[in-house]
Amino acid sequence: MQQEVVLAMLAKEPSHGYELRARLGRALGPVAEGISEGQMYVTLTRLEKGGYVARVDAPAERSDRKVYCLTPAGQERVTEWMSDVTWPRPDLTEFHMKLIAAAQSALADPVSIIDAQRRDLLRRLREIGRAVMEEQKDSDAALLLEGIVLRLQADLRWLQACEMAWTKRRTQQ
Amino acid sequence: MNTSPRVAINGSPTVLVHAKGLRKEYGSGEGLVRALDTVDLDVNRGEAVAVMGPSGCGKSTLLHLIGGLDRPSAGQLSVAGQRVDQLSERALAHLRRDEIGFVFQAFHLMDELTAQENVELPALLAGCTPSEARARATALLEEVDLADRSRHLPSMLSGGQRQCVAIARALANDPEIVLADEPTGNLDSASAFDVLRLLEALHAKGLTLVIVTHDERIATTADRLISMRDGAFVDETWLTGGSRGRLDTFADWERLT
Repeated sequence: MQQEVVLAMLAKEPSHGYELRARLGRALGPVAEGISEGQMYVTLTRLEKGGYVARVDAPAERSDRKVYCLTPAGQERVTEWMSDVTWPRPDLTEFHMKLIAAAQSALADPVSIIDAQRRDLLRRLREIGRAVMEEQKDSDAALLLEGIVLRLQADLRWLQACEMAWTKRRTQQ
Repeated sequence: MNTSPRVAINGSPTVLVHAKGLRKEYGSGEGLVRALDTVDLDVNRGEAVAVMGPSGCGKSTLLHLIGGLDRPSAGQLSVAGQRVDQLSERALAHLRRDEIGFVFQAFHLMDELTAQENVELPALLAGCTPSEARARATALLEEVDLADRSRHLPSMLSGGQRQCVAIARALANDPEIVLADEPTGNLDSASAFDVLRLLEALHAKGLTLVIVTHDERIATTADRLISMRDGAFVDETWLTGGSRGRLDTFADWERLT
């Protein structure tokens, strides 16, 4: 689990792993599936060792739950992370090379590779589309899912361009 | 309404649309354009099929042939047990009216009629009594969640609401199949979403749907997606049954970064 995400959630107020997991669930909706409370504690422990978070004395009646807060170093790391402009890049190079290598080596038909890839993306889009329908219209998770949908649509559009180009090359041979 | 006997197609009562070697050409000689080039298609009762492809690929031509708005140049075509390619004009008009509902990109509502009157019209044309038509339209407008807009003229409705009225109208004669040509093409994404929800709900209740669209998001709500190019099918993707699409979870999403 990405440490910065956990740190950023602690920026609001000191909290324990259970509450952080619940907040992550609200923010990510179905995308948060597979993240356990246990993973949250593993990340918190690592952050504690790194000096980014510290344990707060829990109220006596909740002594079973470890409450964490940001340290100044953690605070600084969150601020840096917020202003960072690194953007996730979908790696199109690998797929592009797959097509070129397939054509050059005659190991596979590029158009069949594109078709198989498109089917996979279409099925993913369907799943996400369904997840969007189940979300509350203006929820945080709906906004995230919208982004995933748009991204998949862009990928599908590129695949269409690939298909047209490779079909043309095939007929020219 | 339609009283001709229902014939099972290919011995299977579940096949609602059956096309074999379907072809449509326009013009002749040098100017011959083959809009649809020898297409085979079966649509099962209760199935939702999406057809995608670049403009001019023949997807609307296919829809118009299935809907009996146009005649094939060659091939067989059965819809709801009737051979569309052999029907008389009169019989074809009855088939369109009784068994097929159309939804168009530009809504095609009658501007001077209220939402309620627009939905009543097909039932009245099919010979229902005014009170039957009214009851049916009221129920349909309720189904599309526009009961409170029944007295509004189309000009007083939003694009999404107009399309929902058009969908209610398409259902007026309880058709076997609804054909939708770019149903969200004129809508912003929020209205498109409402129309999408409605079509999904109707499909879940068992309505058979053929949707022509260039929006992958709409297309992937169908059970099956057909990709067309130059008048032919180039790919078919089954979206239900078999392997389910995987939803990228946070872990996958993180891997991309």
